[in-house]
Amino acid sequence: MSKTITIDGKTIPFEEGQTIMDAAMAAGVYIPHLCHQPEFTPHGSCKLCTVKVNGRNCSACTYPAMEGQDVLNETEELIDDRKKITQMLFVEGNHFCPSCEKTGNCQLQAVAYHLNMLDNHFPLFYPDREVDASHAEVMIDHNRCIFCTLCVRASQQKDSKDVFAISGRGIHKHLIVNAESGLLKDTDIDATDQAAHICPTGAILIKRTGYQVPIGERIYDHKQIDQVSLSTEHPKHGE
Amino acid sequence: MYEHLETAENRDSLKRVVVDPVSRVEGHGKVTLLLDEDNKVQQARLHIVEFRGFERFIQGRPYWELPVLVQRLCGICPVSHHLAAAKAIDQLVGIDPAYLPVSADKLRRLLHFGQVMQSHALHFFHLSSPDLLFGFESDISKRSIVAVLGEYPDIGVQGVKLRKYGQEVIRMVSGKRVHGTGAIAGGMNKSLTKAERDYLLEDIDQMIDWAAGSVALIKKVHCSNLPYYDEFATLRTNYLGLTKPDGALELYHGGIRAKNEHGETIMDHIDYCKYNDYIHEEVRSWTYMKFPYLLSLGQEKGWYRVGPLARVNNCEYIDTPLAEAARVEFKAHSGEAMVHSTLAFHWARLIEVLHCAESIKVLLNDPDIMGSDLVAQGEKRYEGVGVIEAPRGTLFHHYQVDENDIVTKANLIVSTTSNNMAMNESVRQVAAEYLSGRELTEPLLNNLEVAIRAYDPCLSCATHAVGKMPLQLELVDAEGKLIDKLVKHSDGQIEREHG
Repeated sequence: MSKTITIDGKTIPFEEGQTIMDAAMAAGVYIPHLCHQPEFTPHGSCKLCTVKVNGRNCSACTYPAMEGQDVLNETEELIDDRKKITQMLFVEGNHFCPSCEKTGNCQLQAVAYHLNMLDNHFPLFYPDREVDASHAEVMIDHNRCIFCTLCVRASQQKDSKDVFAISGRGIHKHLIVNAESGLLKDTDIDATDQAAHICPTGAILIKRTGYQVPIGERIYDHKQIDQVSLSTEHPKHGE
Repeated sequence: MYEHLETAENRDSLKRVVVDPVSRVEGHGKVTLLLDEDNKVQQARLHIVEFRGFERFIQGRPYWELPVLVQRLCGICPVSHHLAAAKAIDQLVGIDPAYLPVSADKLRRLLHFGQVMQSHALHFFHLSSPDLLFGFESDISKRSIVAVLGEYPDIGVQGVKLRKYGQEVIRMVSGKRVHGTGAIAGGMNKSLTKAERDYLLEDIDQMIDWAAGSVALIKKVHCSNLPYYDEFATLRTNYLGLTKPDGALELYHGGIRAKNEHGETIMDHIDYCKYNDYIHEEVRSWTYMKFPYLLSLGQEKGWYRVGPLARVNNCEYIDTPLAEAARVEFKAHSGEAMVHSTLAFHWARLIEVLHCAESIKVLLNDPDIMGSDLVAQGEKRYEGVGVIEAPRGTLFHHYQVDENDIVTKANLIVSTTSNNMAMNESVRQVAAEYLSGRELTEPLLNNLEVAIRAYDPCLSCATHAVGKMPLQLELVDAEGKLIDKLVKHSDGQIEREHG
């Protein structure tokens, strides 16, 4: 007999070594997340996947599934916490969806819609951040970075490079690149690298491709992020 | 002319009357009048009191964002900004207009016809028809589209549906009724499907009928009181706009033509990329809007009008039959080479609505709009100029980028800016002819707004509130003491407060 946990009362099987996130996705249960992608080592930094395990808050992407866990996912309290986290992500950077080329394809925006986030709630920080357009093909717009480290992990784990890193702490945290000049053009990134395509927001972009996908054909035009996440990140649930 | 009313002498000793904000226009402006002891107008100005700053904050952004970013200037004519920026960034990827794929060119034209149609319909029916149908000094409760729908339901509904149809054209081409995407550097991101094309074809004949009916309506209104309509706020000016190479009316792409008040050519077929050699802008301290003028004629005589009146005046003919017949009638009514009546802007505007409806039908029946060759690319350039005939007139977008594709410099000359001098002159004329020496009342005040409204100014972007803008009129004596105050509340109620 396989081992099981319950998520919101529903019995979910898991295999040894799986996290709560892995087990949930395999069972077709969506837990909101931004810094997690099943193909990379979990990072547990965005905290959107916070669930309650036997009464304690845990990150579902890093917490191992264990026999008999009673996991709460879609409670009013957790949804409200996730909404606040998302609002904080929005106000900490400069996220202007109306003109952003990632709109309709952006996970941050899609999660905000999924959580029914209707305003920023918190005052905007309006941080002064740079655009690094020095590279011929790839661009970094630091205004939109949420420090999920997916680019850091993709570069190391998939591209076998080490282009990105996070530097600084707290409010001074920022994305840096592996070049003495600090400019993307002096790194070994290629437009075909997975790190150049992994960004869940519009912080790392392939230049001169913006708005080429018409409205109506963008990822989240007709589907919410829960459907997209389950079908693309766990193909078993794909259509 | 009334230039002497721009700046009065002894300003400190005059009473100041302020119309703030001007209502039923796009954006925020105010009118100030300075009156002497006998209520004679000594100074009249239209001030644009908002500052947008787009030219500055698009610096540092990648150029491909421009069409989507700058269209946020406006919620009424975003497509014009979208396309003017797109024409400019076409050049940044090395594509001049002649090399744009045929399908992309036609889709952009279709998008633009939809835009001009909806914007003109909005302006005429929603914003201006109450003045024209009920009278300039009619009861304030009547001056809204709601009253039009009550008393002239057919006209009101047709106006709403004409606008809706234009919006639907925009939605089919750009994905959204307002602030869609569509134009990208060197082309378009989609063509029309057959289903989308067929959907738009369903109602187009009805739209042409209604547009023709609206031209008949404005002609009747205008001609029923011809001397008044031909004199109210009327100016004998130069006119500027784009035309086709053969001089036909053109809204999307052409050379710059300017004619003087007698219909004589000042310049013609000018490549708009060189606009800076022909047009300069002057700054005045009392408004955020600049004053463009033709360099060859100088600041004093070089100002000009743009928009529907300028376009219909300037062109040799219109290439759709019903609109051309309407143009011939329009030109004949004044008996002059050029029609100078400011209120004739409305007539010309509706002729353009008819032209747009006819042109949309032609394009919908053209298989190229369902084509698949949509984007072209050439050699990178560092500077691009895009010019288009927006609903309100000639619109200039000019950008420079660096080697990293980042915008370093931007200059926008928005249509309404070109009409700045004319609107001020019309305000001065109305103030001198209709207000001077009279006790100011709210209906009288509306005459000033009627003159401004004829130009359909877009003082900024999406803001307009039909008849609901709060308005405050203060009469202050030479000592600065408030002697009379009229307040229009946002619910439309008028209150008189004595100082």
